[in-house]
Amino acid sequence: MTRIASAEQLEVVRREIVGRRDPDRAAIAICAGTGCIAYGSNDLFAAFQDASSELGIEVDVRMTGCHGFCERGPLVVVYPEKIFYQRVKPKDVAEILSKTVAGGEVIERLCYVDPVTGERYTHEEEVPFYKHQKRLILGNNGRIDPTKIEDYLGIGGYGALGKALSMGSDAVLKEVMDARLRGRGGGGFEAGWKWKFCKEASGARKYILCNADEGDPGAFMDRSILEGNPHSVIEGMIIGALAIGGTDGFIYVRNEYPLAVQRLGIALDQAREWGLLGEDILGSGLDFDIRINRGGGAFVCGESTALMLSIEGQVGEPRAKHIHTAESGLWDSPTNLNNVETWANVPGIVSHGADWFQSMGTEGSTGTKIFSLVGKVNNTGLVEVPMGISLRDIVEKIGGGVPSGTFKAVQTGGPSGGCLPEAELDLPVDFDELTTKGSMMGSGGMIVMDETTCMVDFAKYFTNFLRFESCGKCMTCRDGLKRMHQILDRITEGKGSLADLDLIVELGETITEASLCALGGTAANPVLSTLTYFRDEYAAHIDEGTCPAKVCKELITFTIDNDKCTGCTLCAKRCPTGAIAGEKKGPHTVDQDRCIKCRVCFEACPTKWAAVEIN
Amino acid sequence: MDQARIDEILDGYGCEESSLLAILQDIQAEANWLPRAALTRVAERVGVTLSHLYRLATFFEAFHLEPRGDHIWTVCMGTACHVRGALLLQEKLERDMAVDGRGNTSDMEHTVEAVNCVGACALGPLVIVDGGYHGNMTSVKLDRVYKDFDITPQVGAVEE
Repeated sequence: MTRIASAEQLEVVRREIVGRRDPDRAAIAICAGTGCIAYGSNDLFAAFQDASSELGIEVDVRMTGCHGFCERGPLVVVYPEKIFYQRVKPKDVAEILSKTVAGGEVIERLCYVDPVTGERYTHEEEVPFYKHQKRLILGNNGRIDPTKIEDYLGIGGYGALGKALSMGSDAVLKEVMDARLRGRGGGGFEAGWKWKFCKEASGARKYILCNADEGDPGAFMDRSILEGNPHSVIEGMIIGALAIGGTDGFIYVRNEYPLAVQRLGIALDQAREWGLLGEDILGSGLDFDIRINRGGGAFVCGESTALMLSIEGQVGEPRAKHIHTAESGLWDSPTNLNNVETWANVPGIVSHGADWFQSMGTEGSTGTKIFSLVGKVNNTGLVEVPMGISLRDIVEKIGGGVPSGTFKAVQTGGPSGGCLPEAELDLPVDFDELTTKGSMMGSGGMIVMDETTCMVDFAKYFTNFLRFESCGKCMTCRDGLKRMHQILDRITEGKGSLADLDLIVELGETITEASLCALGGTAANPVLSTLTYFRDEYAAHIDEGTCPAKVCKELITFTIDNDKCTGCTLCAKRCPTGAIAGEKKGPHTVDQDRCIKCRVCFEACPTKWAAVEIN
Repeated sequence: MDQARIDEILDGYGCEESSLLAILQDIQAEANWLPRAALTRVAERVGVTLSHLYRLATFFEAFHLEPRGDHIWTVCMGTACHVRGALLLQEKLERDMAVDGRGNTSDMEHTVEAVNCVGACALGPLVIVDGGYHGNMTSVKLDRVYKDFDITPQVGAVEE
C-alpha cells in the first residue's frame, strides 16, 4: 500500500474498497472478543474455512470485534440476512453453511431464546439485549475485522479525520466543545474544555494521551473497543492532536489485555503505512505519531498524574494538581488525557456534528455510555445506551433480569462507586444523578447482585482491593483503608459491634476528605453506600451473628439434609478435609469441626438432589 | 537469561528511561521473574540506580522478584468473578497444590496467583492457566483441568 496523500485521495480509496464489496454476498462474521475466543471462536473460524472449501460453498469468513453479548458466545452472524446464532460449536458449522448460507434456512436451535418469555429471535437487532441499546461505538465492532484497516475505511473510517483537516483546528475544537462530550473514564469533565486549556497552554511539545488503564475490576468496555475497533480510538486521537496542536501521542494500556495491545499495535502500523499517522498526515502538514505504553498493573495509574509519571518510567504516585496537566503534564509539557471511550466518540462528533451528538442523552450528559453489565444477571455483556436511560431498563430489559429472580443491588463506578438498591432503580444513568445517591458513573462497570451476595463482604472486597492499590502517599488512604478493612473483616467474622458502624462512617468521611487523589477521595463509597442502603445486613452480622446471604464463612455451616441425600458419596469423595462421613446409599453427615467451608460438597451434590444446605 | 538477550531487549527500546516498564515486562515475559543480575544490567545501561528499579518492581503489581513455577495459574479477582466465588477457587488451588506463601509448589512446577481483573467478566469466575482462559469455573471443573497437569485434588483427612 502506498501512502494516501490527501483527504480527496482517501475518499477515492474508500470508494474502491466499498466498490469491491458485494453487499449481497454471503458472509460469516464470528465474534473475536476475549470472551468468544475463550469459548473457542478461533476453532470456529478454522472450521468454517475448512468446511466452506470442502462443501464448495462460497462465503467470506471473518473474525470481527466483540459483539458484546458475551453470555451467549461464541456468536456468529450470517450476512446478508444478519441471522444471529449463539453458542455455536464447530459441529454446527457444516449445517450453517449448507442450510443457512446455501439454502437460506434458519436453524432454530442456534437462535437466541429469551429465557423469560421463551420467545425465539432470528436477527441480532430483534434480540432484547440489543434492541434497547444505542450502539454508536460498539455497533461497528461486529462490522469490521479489527486487524484490517480496509474494513474500517469501508465503513467510513478516517472520514472524520479528512473532514477535520478541512475544518481546521479551531472549528474542530468548537464542535467538540458544543457537543459537551464528558470524559467517559469516570471523571465526567468536559473533554472540549480540557482540549481548550491544553491548546492555549504554551509549549513546544504537547502530548495527547489515551487512558486505557482500565483498572476498575468488572469493567471491560475499553478492552472491547481497543480489541474490536482500534482505529476509532486512533482516529479520535489524531483529531485531538489537530485541535489541540499535539505533537506526540501515547496510549497507556493494561498489560493484562494482551489482545488489545496486539491489535492496537497492528492498527498503528497500518495507519502509519497508509499515511494516516506519522509525518504529514494526509498531506496536510500535520505531524503526529502514537506509541503504546504497557501498564504495570497498578490501579492508581488510571489517575492522570500517576499515569504520566508511569509513562516517564517513574513510580505512579499522584501529585497535587495546583498546576493542571493541561499546562504541565508529561515531562512538564502541556498534556491532554482522555479515556478510550471518550476518544472513540470523537470521530462521530466531527462527522455528524455537535447537534446530532447532543440530541442523544440528557441535558447534562450527552451521547451514549457503554457499561459492562456483569454479575448476577441473565445477559452478561457490554451494553451501550443513551444517557438518561434508567438503571431498571438496563438491568431488566437489556440484562434480562436476575437468574434467581431476586434483585438485590446494582453497583456502578467500581471501587469508587456505590451500591444502589431496588428502590433506586428508576434513577437515570447520568453523571450528576448517580452522584446524588452516593454512587457514580465511573468508567462503566455495572455489577448486579442477588440475594446470595453479602453486602458487607462486597464492601470488604472493594476495601481490600483499594488498600493494596493505594500508592501509600496519603496517610488517610494508606492506613485508613487498612483499618477500614480490619473493621469490616471483624464484622464478617461476627465479632463486630454497633459502635463499629459509627466508626467506619467517621473513618470513611476522613479518608474522603483528606486524601489527595480520587482513589482515596472515593474509596469509602462502596462502604458508605452499602451502610446507607443495607444497614440491616450489617446489623444481622453484628447482632445475630448471621450472614443473610450465606457468604461469610465464620457465620455459616454446611449440613446435609438426610431426606434428600441419596448416599451417592460424591460430596464425601471430594471433601478436602474428610469432614463428610456416611455409607454408600446411606445418609451423610458433615463433621463441623473439620469443615473448612470450601463449598466443594455444595457444588458436588447433583442439583437434582440438592441435599447440601448452607445455614 | 543471558546478558546478550537482555542487551537485545534494551537496545530494542534504545535504553530509554521512559521504556523501563516495557523493558522489565519483556525480561519478565522470558525469564518468568526479574533476577537481580538482569536488573543490575538494566540499571547500568539505562543509567538509573538499582534502587529505582526495585522501587518500580515493587510498586507495580505485575512484577515478580522471586522465581515462579513453570505453569502459572492465575485467578481473576474482578468484581464479577468475586461475586461468583473466585476466592473459593483460589483457596482450592492453593490447597490442592500445597503452595507456599509465595504461591509456588515445592517442585516449582506451579505457581498460583491472583490478578485484579482481566476484563472477561462474562466468563467469571475465571482461571487462566498459562495464558489460556477457563471460564465459568467450579471446583468440579477445576478438577478436570487438573488432569492435564497430573494434579490430584486434596481429599480425605488432612494430617495435622
